[in-house]
Amino acid sequence: MTRLVVAALGLILGSLPLHAETIQVTIDKFAFVPAQINAKVGDTIEWVNKDMVQHTATVEGGWDVLIPAAASAKMIVKTPEEVEFFCRFHPNMRGRLVAKAR
Amino acid sequence: MLIRTTAALALLTLASTVSLAQTTKPSDPQIAHIAYTADVIDIEAANLAISKSRNSEVIAFARDMVRDHEAVNKQALALVKKLNVTPEENDTSKSLSKAAADQRKALSALDGAAFDKAYIQNEVAFHKQVNGALKTLLIPSATNSELKSLLETGLKMFEGHQQHAEQVAAKLK
Repeated sequence: MTRLVVAALGLILGSLPLHAETIQVTIDKFAFVPAQINAKVGDTIEWVNKDMVQHTATVEGGWDVLIPAAASAKMIVKTPEEVEFFCRFHPNMRGRLVAKAR
Repeated sequence: MLIRTTAALALLTLASTVSLAQTTKPSDPQIAHIAYTADVIDIEAANLAISKSRNSEVIAFARDMVRDHEAVNKQALALVKKLNVTPEENDTSKSLSKAAADQRKALSALDGAAFDKAYIQNEVAFHKQVNGALKTLLIPSATNSELKSLLETGLKMFEGHQQHAEQVAAKLK
């Protein structure tokens, strides 16, 4: 019983985003700034779009975030990965996410 | 089939024969008119594609074009108003409009996959052409810094659209 509680507690704690940070990535004049994001699992990436058109941050076969014009969108980093992302509407906009385990 | 191929070729030829090179530097009011005209042309072509195409990828691309170019034109109009500049029609914007009208006519005669292919190929060619004009003529000639900056942002957008159109074109083959 005690073991079960400890295990359950461990699971809960393990899934909590301890000291998780929010990292801002600005989109201005059709460019991601910074173009390379270093994050840890559990961190939040806030995409701040300063352009007058909508963009996406998309990984081929992976995640896809729509960022409306002059607005922002958030996503939580879920898995450790090193991926290239781009905007589906403007594939010349590119960036790289390096996400490490916490 | 031969007729369709010929029509598609005619479209491509039209796109390449309109020269955006001018011997004299265009003024800011002329540049504003050229940029605005290029945006309107792309919106009109996109609206034709939305009404004619049955290909979801092509329609989605056309909707992206309408949304982006309308947003940029809104910003361009706000800027010319702020700067108190009246866009001035000129030979370049006139020849652009004329070529676009001919292209729309040729496109209207096509249907189905032939239409999709011709529309997307024309989008690649048109954006390439405008990119060249922005880089070599319009941006270097613009004297107002805000107009120059908007054109530079416009170039990034047109380059993005060209790549997007190339991706869609590759899928149509």
